[in-house]
Amino acid sequence: MAHDSLLEIKNLMTHFHLHEGIVRAVDGVSFDVRRGQTLGIIGESGCGKSVTVHSILRLVPSPPGNIVDGQILLHRGGNGMDRVAVDLARLDPRGAEIRAIRGAEISMVFQEPMTSFGPMHTIGNQIIETILLHQEGVESSDARDLAIENLRRVGIPRAEQIVDAYPHQLSGGMRQRAMIAMALSCTPRLLIADEPTTALDVTIQAQILELLMALQEEVGMAVIFITHNLGVIAEVADEVAVMYLGRIVEQAGVNELFDNPQHPYTQGLLNSIPHIDEEKLPRLRAIEGVVPDPYEIPSGCAFSDRCPSFKPGTCDRAMPNLDETVSGHLVRCFLYSDVEEGLTEGENGG
Amino acid sequence: MLTQYIGRRLLLLFPLILIISVISFVLIQLPPGDILNMEVLRLRSAGTQVSEEEVEALRQLYGLDKSLPEQYWLWITNILLKGNFGTSFTYVKSVSEILAARVPLTAAVSVMTAIFVWITAVPIGVYSATHQYSLVDYFWTFVSFIGVAVPGFLLALIFLWLAFLWFDISAIGLFSQQYETAPWSWAKLVNMLQHIWVPIVIIGMANTAGMMRTMRGMMLDELNKQYVITARSKGLTETRLLVKYPVRTSMNPVFSTIGWMLPGIISGEVLVSMVLNIPTTGPVLLQALLNQDMFLAGSIVFILSILTVVGTLVSDILLVWLDPRIRYEGVA
Repeated sequence: MAHDSLLEIKNLMTHFHLHEGIVRAVDGVSFDVRRGQTLGIIGESGCGKSVTVHSILRLVPSPPGNIVDGQILLHRGGNGMDRVAVDLARLDPRGAEIRAIRGAEISMVFQEPMTSFGPMHTIGNQIIETILLHQEGVESSDARDLAIENLRRVGIPRAEQIVDAYPHQLSGGMRQRAMIAMALSCTPRLLIADEPTTALDVTIQAQILELLMALQEEVGMAVIFITHNLGVIAEVADEVAVMYLGRIVEQAGVNELFDNPQHPYTQGLLNSIPHIDEEKLPRLRAIEGVVPDPYEIPSGCAFSDRCPSFKPGTCDRAMPNLDETVSGHLVRCFLYSDVEEGLTEGENGG
Repeated sequence: MLTQYIGRRLLLLFPLILIISVISFVLIQLPPGDILNMEVLRLRSAGTQVSEEEVEALRQLYGLDKSLPEQYWLWITNILLKGNFGTSFTYVKSVSEILAARVPLTAAVSVMTAIFVWITAVPIGVYSATHQYSLVDYFWTFVSFIGVAVPGFLLALIFLWLAFLWFDISAIGLFSQQYETAPWSWAKLVNMLQHIWVPIVIIGMANTAGMMRTMRGMMLDELNKQYVITARSKGLTETRLLVKYPVRTSMNPVFSTIGWMLPGIISGEVLVSMVLNIPTTGPVLLQALLNQDMFLAGSIVFILSILTVVGTLVSDILLVWLDPRIRYEGVA
């Protein structure tokens, strides 16, 4: 365990119990988020990125979703003896403990800036609400000043007017800035950004990314950044986890991952980015096939049916473990791990 | 900006009421022959001798010998300037006198029914949506289907029968016997309040059932929206976030139907009031139409239409006040 880790997820399993069967949306995910650092999570739609981070704040709707196993340890205090950890996975999702953490210690920015504010209340009202909820001893007039200050900090012009604006009066980019202002209003130690730039156009995207990185430096918070955009992840992340069908298939430092991708899925993702400087623009190199139906996950390695390096008799028999190949570089693939070990351990990889 | 909007809407009321008055008047003139034919027929069948001269005199008295526009002018100026709605032949009383007793009661029943509908339908709808597919949700779904499907007068009959069977009471009427003809007093008001819940519950049933379903549907839509998850991610308690965000948004149809609820209640109320013998305008309207007592019928239609228009105005103003999206887009 790294000593400066803020959030430690161990073997998290979040399953959805539906009529059609059990969807293992998150199936044994482990990672650490270190103080002040950015962990990027990438993967295709439906790979469990969002469910993983929603599990952290216990926002997965239950029923049908349940955390069936694993720990989500939030470390509080310094590095010394006063260090305590809360297991978020064990808290009552409606209880006071998790509510005290939401928005205060861990806050979240969502994908759709268009709908993430309530339409009936002003931006200011919704930011002030968060401030009053978590900051004791703040009067409502002070909270208003704090809200304006927060709006100004995220680069919103005329913040003292915008504070009284309704969400539909702002553009998508402005709304996302306001969303970030709200998320940061109680100086959280961890910000979860769930595809915060996906719905924005490219120039606004770049502005929001820059803003997030600048604020991270200023506040010193850790960030979990979810995206399916590899360009974005290269820009913001320190550490990257690649997810496929509810599991991490590869995890490494951002430079290591882009220089030395090892899992065939990661390689496929990186290859699918078109390069403009190539002599003759080739066809787009997409990964073969589609993400399998959640009820028909192939036996063995979940990626085996789309994998160009598929080894019959091995990859379809067991799930490989997430093993360290180079220092700090974890890969879940039989190309790198001991086949026999993987086969005997079977499904318990992770 | 809001006052400007209200002012403009109030100005628009006048042409609207004018059109309504014309339609009401046309309604009076609609039956074949004029109103006197029916009256004369009735008098003759009762054995009264009516000579042609007397008919002609009556015709002049009611202004029926004049042209239609003149008759309309006479009718509307009488209403506006003297508050005189004409005379009812069947009741042999002035229409104003009949309505003065019944319109306030109708309004009371309507308003109280509306309030009953809201305070039952909104919480149940919210609960059903937040506990979708639970036992309670299924129970209320069942109840609401029955409420929508069973006509009010049948419910009223069943209620009367059960009240008589189990408690040996007659739930008919709005007052106990000793207060029926008594002048208004505190005791009479209390007596009315003791009786009025029966028609309110029965008339409100269908509306409650419908509103419950609307509220549930709206809530289910809103509950999955991002802003609810945002509110939850801020650390709000479930109750507080529900009331502040999705419930508030889901209230739109509740407010926008205020205007339509009034005629709905009145038309639903007619048969129930007949069965329960409630002295509201509904039964009078029905009777007036059957007897071609056209001044009475036309006046009731006129007054109820005005109430509906005013109700719609009230609901529009409430909506503008409630929903900033309407306030800033539709109004400015």
